[in-house]
Amino acid sequence: MIDKTFIDKCKNIFGPENVLTDKAELISYSYDATPGIPREIPGVVVFPENTKQVQELVILARQTKTPIYPRGAGTSLSGGPVPLSKGVVIGFQRMNRIIEIDPDNLTATVQPGVVVAELNNAVAKYGLLYPPDPGSMATATVGGTVAENAGGLRGLKYGVTKHYIMGMEVVMPTGEIFRFGGKTVKNVTAYDFTHLFVGSEGTLGIVTEIICKLIPAPKYRKSMIAFFSKLEDAGKTVTDIVRNHVIPATLEIMDKVTIQTVENYAKVGLPTDVEALLLIEVDGMGQDSVLWEAEKCVEIIKQNNGTYKIAETDAERDSLWAARRAALPALAQVKPATILEDATVPRTKLVDMLVAVQNIAKKYNLMIGTFGHAGDGNLHPTLLVDPMNKEEMERVHKAVDEIFEVALSLGGTLSGEHGIGVAKLKYLKNEIGRSGIETMRRIKQALDPDNILNPGKLVPMED
Amino acid sequence: MPATAAKTVFDDVETLKRELIRCMKCGNCMSACPIYNVEKKESSVARGKIALGEAILDDKINIDDEILVKLIFNCLVCKSCMMACPSGVRFDRIILGLRAAIARKKGIPFVKKALFGLLKNPELFDKGMKAFAAMQGFFLTKEGEKARAPRGFLRQFGKRFDKDFVLPELSKESFRDRVSEVIDVENSQATAVFFTGCSVNYFYPDVGEDLLFVLRKNKVKSITPKQQNCCGMPVMVHGDIETARELAKKNLDIFEKTAGQYIVTVCGSCGSALKHEYPIILEGTEYEEKAKKWAERVYDISTFLLKVIKFEPPKGKVELKVTYHDSCHLKKSMKVFNEPRQLLKMIPGVTLVEMKKPDACCGSGGSYHLTHADTALKIAKAKVEDIKATGADAVCTGCPACMMELFEGLHRWQGDCKVLHTVNLLAQAYKKEEG
Ligand SMILES: Cc1cc2nc3c(=O)[nH]c(=O)nc-3n(C[C@H](O)[C@H](O)[C@H](O)COP(=O)(O)OP(=O)(O)OC[C@H]3O[C@@H](n4cnc5c(N)ncnc54)[C@H](O)[C@@H]3O)c2cc1C
Ligand code: SF4
Ligand code: SF4
Repeated sequence: MIDKTFIDKCKNIFGPENVLTDKAELISYSYDATPGIPREIPGVVVFPENTKQVQELVILARQTKTPIYPRGAGTSLSGGPVPLSKGVVIGFQRMNRIIEIDPDNLTATVQPGVVVAELNNAVAKYGLLYPPDPGSMATATVGGTVAENAGGLRGLKYGVTKHYIMGMEVVMPTGEIFRFGGKTVKNVTAYDFTHLFVGSEGTLGIVTEIICKLIPAPKYRKSMIAFFSKLEDAGKTVTDIVRNHVIPATLEIMDKVTIQTVENYAKVGLPTDVEALLLIEVDGMGQDSVLWEAEKCVEIIKQNNGTYKIAETDAERDSLWAARRAALPALAQVKPATILEDATVPRTKLVDMLVAVQNIAKKYNLMIGTFGHAGDGNLHPTLLVDPMNKEEMERVHKAVDEIFEVALSLGGTLSGEHGIGVAKLKYLKNEIGRSGIETMRRIKQALDPDNILNPGKLVPMED
Repeated sequence: MPATAAKTVFDDVETLKRELIRCMKCGNCMSACPIYNVEKKESSVARGKIALGEAILDDKINIDDEILVKLIFNCLVCKSCMMACPSGVRFDRIILGLRAAIARKKGIPFVKKALFGLLKNPELFDKGMKAFAAMQGFFLTKEGEKARAPRGFLRQFGKRFDKDFVLPELSKESFRDRVSEVIDVENSQATAVFFTGCSVNYFYPDVGEDLLFVLRKNKVKSITPKQQNCCGMPVMVHGDIETARELAKKNLDIFEKTAGQYIVTVCGSCGSALKHEYPIILEGTEYEEKAKKWAERVYDISTFLLKVIKFEPPKGKVELKVTYHDSCHLKKSMKVFNEPRQLLKMIPGVTLVEMKKPDACCGSGGSYHLTHADTALKIAKAKVEDIKATGADAVCTGCPACMMELFEGLHRWQGDCKVLHTVNLLAQAYKKEEG
């Protein structure tokens, strides 16, 4: 475990300025953004600047059987970077160089600590885009989003992180450095390691370099907002749009509780007597096709009894988006704390899920505002809670259990984008079954025989 | 604590709980915090400090833990994090509440010592600053117009005082000593009490003079009470709430006596102290109502000119390419950022060019730039580079503390750009008009 020798060795590897040992410093590495999970203070925090240092740390940790917890910006919503068994936190925020942007191959090679928004600012100069855009992109790191396979608002049309990773360098829990993939569009050599490591939540290897795929940034876009007095109409609009072969870049939904709270807080001019609103944005390279898609959406909204506003200018677009941006801040004002879930169902079950959440809210007498990425069935039921109220928290836990039960019964999944971490570990078996758990254990044991890398996360090691 | 005072976050650390609990640890504040941007560690940013507050309340760490004290004082109180916070966490109250709790536990002298212990030689520094005004010619060499660079002698006090350090020349006679308390105008449209603040009084009397001139030009009667005190912000940020309360009460008494309609400020920090902090620190005292009443009458000069009175734009031409720096307290606390720009654009001949991040903190933070020189220098450098990139002839701002920091930074990194207060430019234009 961590003693003076261990710390001295860390100081040798990283330099004293990149090693934190004071209790007060360590306390601020005991959490991520997940509410209601245990916190633990790590034994030491180190900040690598290169791969070799990471490798040396892994070898040291392996010799001493010390758990290692990789950490990006600590915005995870499932407990990923929390050092449950103390150990060493390896923080990537200082390993944050954009190594190369290659506009001809449409790639960017980055260190894991690069902030997603900064990568996007850098590639925007070339008219390019790195599409994965989690709500946390102003702070979350590429390494953290790779480890969580983060999604975002553009998921429906552009996919999620795993679709934009072409290769990586990984330090394995055994200390080897492993590079795979590259700048080629096609690559079927060996196993598909991208899909193994993306979403592995820091349990299989430490990512030290990433080759990201870029796309030309769409030149035109059209945004609109639509209001519905029946949830069913909103749900049908979502499926009709896709059925008509329009794939919007953004197709967001907000329920009544969220709309009312947003209007109450931000006064953006939303009608408060509707059941749901949809925020729709279509984009593309050709003006005509974008206009055609927008018209198609309007037609479908009207057929489904919706009213709508369409943005003609950038300022108007901003004001439409203001509603969506205000969703979480507004809900957060109501009660001292919020619990943001991400149960996800097939697009066609959207309305069933929304209704079920509303019923659960009633049953447990809780306030739940739901918004989310309607286009990909990824909802964020947001429970507004007072953590100091024990009795209420008990109801909250029951409600959360039930939300997941419903999502699975509708053919959905426990997590659309936030990951399993520790927060959803207890539900895992309900989705992937006994054989799934066994398979995960075998993979974990094969790659991390000493179970030193982010132990206690994602893979339930005991029953 | 006065017997009448209710328990506020500044008196009882337990009351911080309801503020701390609002933080959902989302990490959004990281994208806004100037210190985090340089140091890249959790304890630099609001979220980390909030976690420290929670740990204190949970008895996980002692409030007088030496490192904890150091970390809690590693904050500019610039409120940038609050702009990015989706949860509406009132971090200003949290950080000042924690500092007040530390000061209560360990005493003000300890805090000052801990803080200024970061300078190499605190006692000498204190004496030096006092002797400074009287003997600047001895300490400093003349560095162009108004700039004063310290001789080698000063360097032993701390990192910031290296060969590139400059300060504006201290005024020999303070501003309030040399202006008349009341300046009446014919057909006045309003009466404004001018709250000068210390920096104008000692370092930038020209800003004060230009303000009075601009008020006169707009037919506003001014009252500049000689007895007014420091706004209290500098002691408040060091956790000395009692002194801040004393100063606040004295200032409120003085305002009452003047019977002025409005209070006008030219400093973002003074303005936000009067407008936002006084009602908070005096909550539950017999001064609560007074504080609220006067808070409503406080205006930054730019808002006062454009929103309160009938403004007479200057007609004289000032050919100048200007960029505007948002003072943190002016923008993030007083929410004033449009009006100064509007004013600048109304001056004939002035072209306004925006820098990359006009509201990024300059790194001054009162004494932060002296006590935390390494980090502050990095913050200031980024600011200066952004200013230089605009190619502007002058950078304008609404806060004398920022003016000092920008002045120092532009000298240090060879920026060929003047530092002005918005009222300086306005006054210039009126003077041109007069011919
Ligand atoms: C306000 C808010 C909005 C959000 N919106 C979204 C959203 O829209 N979509 C979405 O998908 N998520 C969202 N999230 C969740 C979160 O931002 C993502 O999970 C993100 O990917 C975490 O990135 P991070 O850099 O903060 O990583 P961390 O939280 O620090 O770590 C996440 C996981 O990655 C591992 N890890 C970190 N770096 C490495 C590395 N170099 N090698 C190996 N493992 C590593 C950690 O061990 C941990 O398991 C949101 C969170 C918040 C607070
Ligand atoms: S007040 Fe300023 S320096 Fe302090 S935590 Fe907030 S953003 Fe950072
Ligand atoms: S932005 Fe606000 S809620 Fe989020 S971590 Fe910072 S202080 Fe807490």
